[in-house]
Parts: sequence; C-alpha cells; structure tokens
Amino acid sequence: MVHLRTGRGAGAAAGLTAVLLLAAACSSSSTSTPAASGGSGGTSASPTGVKKGLVVYFIPKDTQNPYEVIADKGGTDALTELGGKVVVSSGTADTAAAQIPSIQAAIQAHANAIVIAGNDPSALCPSLNQAAGAGIKIVSFDSDVDCSSSPSHLFINQANTEQIGTSEVSLLASEIGSKGQIAILSAAASATNQNAWIKYMKQELTKYPNMKLVTTVYGNDDPATSLQVLQGLLSAYPNLRGIISPTTVGISTAAQYLDTHKNLLSHLTLTGLGLPSQMRKYVEDGTVAKFELWNPSNLGYLAGYAAASLASGTASLTPGSKFSAGTLGSYTVLAPAAGTGPSVVLGPPTVFDKSNVNDFAF
Amino acid sequence: MSSDQMTAPVATRAPVQVQPVWRSVVRWETALVFLVIATIIFGAQENEHFLNTTTLFFVGLNMGEIAIMALPLTLIVVTGEIDLSVASMLGLSSTLLGYLYQHGWSIWLAMVAVLVVGAAGGALNGFLVTRLGLPSIAVTIGTLTLFRGVAEIILGTDSVGGYPQSLTNVGVIPIPGTQLAYSFGIFLVLAMVYGVVLHATPVGRSVFAIGLQSEAAYFSGIRVNRIKFLLFVLSGLVCAFAGILWTLRFATSRYDAGTGLELTVVTIVLLGGVSIFGGRGSILGVVLAVVIVGCLQEVLTLMTVDAQVQNIITGGLLLVSVILPNTAEGLRRFRARVRRRA
Repeated sequence: MVHLRTGRGAGAAAGLTAVLLLAAACSSSSTSTPAASGGSGGTSASPTGVKKGLVVYFIPKDTQNPYEVIADKGGTDALTELGGKVVVSSGTADTAAAQIPSIQAAIQAHANAIVIAGNDPSALCPSLNQAAGAGIKIVSFDSDVDCSSSPSHLFINQANTEQIGTSEVSLLASEIGSKGQIAILSAAASATNQNAWIKYMKQELTKYPNMKLVTTVYGNDDPATSLQVLQGLLSAYPNLRGIISPTTVGISTAAQYLDTHKNLLSHLTLTGLGLPSQMRKYVEDGTVAKFELWNPSNLGYLAGYAAASLASGTASLTPGSKFSAGTLGSYTVLAPAAGTGPSVVLGPPTVFDKSNVNDFAF
Repeated sequence: MSSDQMTAPVATRAPVQVQPVWRSVVRWETALVFLVIATIIFGAQENEHFLNTTTLFFVGLNMGEIAIMALPLTLIVVTGEIDLSVASMLGLSSTLLGYLYQHGWSIWLAMVAVLVVGAAGGALNGFLVTRLGLPSIAVTIGTLTLFRGVAEIILGTDSVGGYPQSLTNVGVIPIPGTQLAYSFGIFLVLAMVYGVVLHATPVGRSVFAIGLQSEAAYFSGIRVNRIKFLLFVLSGLVCAFAGILWTLRFATSRYDAGTGLELTVVTIVLLGGVSIFGGRGSILGVVLAVVIVGCLQEVLTLMTVDAQVQNIITGGLLLVSVILPNTAEGLRRFRARVRRRA
C-alpha cells in the first residue's frame, strides 16, 4: 500500500519542517523569563530579620478561583515588601494530581518555601515531604494538608475552623427560624477545609433539633458543576428551606440562579462564604441577606510573611513563638490540636449584609 | 511456431516499486525524534533547571501510569477500535484497592483481586464490541461512566490511606542506581515487550491486518473477534495495574483518581503516529510521544505557563497529529489528479 506510506511520509516531512522551524525560532529567541533565583539571597536583611531575594511558590487549589487569586496577590505583596518573589503555579482541576507538577517545579527551582492550599489532605504528602527534604519550608493556607510530621508544616488558618462551621449554621438558623431542611453546597469532596468546616457544622446542628441536614452536594469549585448539583438538589428536595455554601464559587453560582428564579426565595434562604465584590448585587436586590468571609488578601499576605520568616529562621513551628507579619502585626503560633499541626489564625470571620457589603474592595 | 510461446506461462511478477532512500528515512517517527530534540532544546533554553536528572525523574513519575495505559491502547487503535474507559478503570482499581485494604485484605491479595476485576472490565468492553458488534467508541464512553460510577459507589467521597511505606516509596524514590521513576521503568520494559509482539510476531501482524482490512483478515483465517476481545481484556488488566501504581504513588485511594486522563493517553497514542483509522503505528512512535508530551508539560510548568494554556498546547498537538497525515494524503491525491489532467 504505497500510497498510504506516501501520505504519511509527506506528513512526516511537513512535521519535520515545522519542527526545524521551531528549533530555529527557539535558538534565535532571547531567554524571556529570568531564571528563578533560588538560594538565600543577599547579605542585607530587612528590619524583621527576613532575608532578601527569597523565592516562594504559591500553589492554590486551581488558577482560576477568584478567592485564591486575591489571596495569591496578597502573598505577592508580602514578598515584594520583603524584597522577594512569588511564583503562582497550579492546575485547572481541583485535584492533588494537578498540584504535584507545581510542587516538583518548586523543588527544581530550589525555591525557599511553598505555600499550598491542599486539594487533598493526604495525597500531597509524599511530594511535600520530598520538597521538605530538599530544604523547602512548607506552609499550608486556606486548606490544610494532613501529613502529621512528614513533612511538618505551618497552617495559616483564615479563621478558627470551629468558629467558621458553627457561625455558618447559626447564621442560617437565625434567618430561617431554626426550622426546616437544609443542605450544603460544597466544593471538592476531598478539600480539607470544606470537610473540616462541615464537620463542625454537623456538630452545631445537634443544637438545632428542628433543622435537618438532608444532603451535601459537591460543585468542585466549578460554576457549571455547581449549578448542575444545585438544580439536582432543588428538584430532589422541594421543601428545602436553607442552603449553606461555604465556597465563594458555590455561593455566587447559587445566588445567580436564585436571582433569576426569585419565586424560590419565598421559602429558600442562601448563605455561606462569599466575596463581597461578587455578592454585592445579590445583597442589594435581596437574594441573599447575610454571608461571611474574611479578607483573602490578608490571608495570602500573612502566609507570605510566614513562609518568608520560616525560610529566614525568624519564625519557627514552636507553639507560642511569634513572628511579624508586616502591616498585620505580630502573630503567635498555636499548638497542634485535633488533627491539625502548628497553626496561625488570621482572625474572626466578618458577617456581611446590606449595611457593610459596600465597604470592602475584595 | 515455437512450443515455448504457447505452453510456457508468462512469468508474472508485480513490478517492484523502488522507494527512494529519503522516503524510508522520512517517517513519522523521524519527525518525532526531531520534536523530542526540539523540546529538550526549548526546555534547556527557557529554564536553567531543565537539563538535570531530577527532570528525568519527575517526567517519568508524572507520565508513568499514562504511558503504561497507552501501550494496550496502541494495539486497540491499530485494530481500528478505541478504548476511552482507560482512566476510569484506573480510578475503579484504585478505589477497589483502597476498599479491600481498608477491610483487612493483605495488600498483595487486594492487588490480585484488582487485576482480576480489571480484566473483567476489559472483558465487558470486549464482549460488547465483538459479540454484540457495537461501536467501540460508544461502548467505552459508556463504560467510562460506568466504572467511575461504580468507583464512587464503592468508596463514596471517602479516601483510604495508610499504605505500607515500602510500597508508597514508589512515588518518591527512583529505581536504585538510576534516576528513573519505578512506573517509568516498568513502562520501558513493557514497551519492549509490546514492541516485539507488535512488530515481530504473527500476532502483531494480525493486529495490523485487522486494522487495514478486517474482512480480508477474517477470510484469511485471522480470528478477528478473538484478538479484539483479548486486546480489550489486556487493556483492562493493564489499566488496573496502572491504577495500583497511581494509588501507591499518591498513597491515597479516591474515587476520582485519574479523571480526564484518557484524553492525554489518546493524545499520546495519536501523536505517536498510530492512525486513528487503524492499520498503522509503531510502539517506538508511542514511546517518543510519551517523552515529548512529558517534557513539554514539564517545561511549561517550570515556565509557570498557565495550566489552561498547557491544555491548549496539548490539544493542538493532538489536532496536528491527526490533521497532518490526512492533509498530506489529500495533497497527494490532488497532485495526482492534476497530473492526470495535464
């Protein structure tokens, strides 16, 4: 069958030409990205004793989540103040497999620290352990990893985990009169932070005997999936009174849906964790009354300072030790407790409603 | 009147088409070799950390399971079928391994059970395609969802951990004495076996024959359905094995393990020069394609290229590897038609 071979031979010839052109283009182009300058940087240290020239890899859950984007920007600001550099790297799907190449990139670039929002509590541990073995300091933020001491790491918690869970339930209870069926619209089923908050939500629900959690659905922090599971939820439970969505993607998707199906609002209340910038219009037209959050930029900023301080030796994982976090002040490391290692808490969550939702820029 | 003219049969011989030398050198695999070299040069230029043995380890680690799954898929695509359930079988086997281990089974016994289930899943695909004559693309899209669904039923949204450290080291430590990841080393050994079987045995020739002209193959005594069935069983078995490696690498079992990987596996097979219409392809091409895709993803991650852009590039590679042979063939036919008119 000569003609088949001809076709493929010609195809190979075309491919070869393209390849040669590519090689030629590559050899003539100047190196665009400055190589990541690893190592401990210069001799001068900032007033806080933090070394200059540090490279910190921020590995969010995925690269499109608006909340994470704001947090990463906060981290970049922190490192810029300290004379260092942040590289943000992750995948598009909220899975551990998507984050592993970024951890490997950090190892290869000889980064000083990794700040990671874990998509999975345990699947990342072998790779993070490898990074720690290469001398990289590990900090988790937003979503912790559960690796006990391999590697040992610092968790930057956005607010007290238990407080987030209990306040979500009490917020919803106050809006629906502590009575009725409720459901949770979560993110990825494996996300450590989601499961930690849900655990405390279930605990708090025992105080409200007339409120019943019928199910938890997972939107994977993807607007299309969140909408799909929301619609499934609404058709399966027509008597649903409340939805808690402790993820900014979930609550904004649900609010958008309810905004166009206002008839549902007569018996359904939505609350959760949301960004004021996304939820503003829904609060103003009454779709959502109250929701909570904290400043994700501050979270990233604190994580950036923690990572830089750990890498410089001005902070440690010893409970009770303090370190400075720039404009946010000084923070104390809390002792390990209940499945979490040494951690630092940013502060209490803020409740947003009509009165204050316009006061915030994030 | 010479008796020779009347009785001697005219010796007929098909005119031997002598191929110019350049034609045998310029094959798809040659282009792939150049692409590998180009990718490595590109990587070395863009990032000073690319050319070291850690890169080799990481690339092998990331591509190991995908590459292993691409081998039986190559054979299946050569016969003109396709198997899109590969990644879901990986997920199902990972889940089953976790479930059994959690319920007290010994890890080795659980692995054997998982392999048996993998073969059974492949047999289901094979049965539906060969006995019932259903198109393999439809069947395997169905089993893709089926296997993933069964995995979710088995483990729900829980995860299983606590695997023995000696085994989970597979994901962290290279083969002693080298910088090769275990899964990649296994892939290279399997690739040699598959290469020999596909290119140097009668079974391999039958596989090509089935892809090129399945009716002619059937009538010349090749058991087409039997071979296709066994190839699907093999695919299920190998994907279950890949699932075991995946689980040990992440030290965790979760039902969504490997979601979406089937697209990368198919990209590698097609980039490797295996014709989607069947009958053409080589294991060498697939190995080269694994190296190209692995290195390219590694370079792009080191350059902190956005993950979505990486998807665009990988998707572009897939399109090019399907379009190029077809445009070349179309051009050739056009030229032939023009020449005939002239």
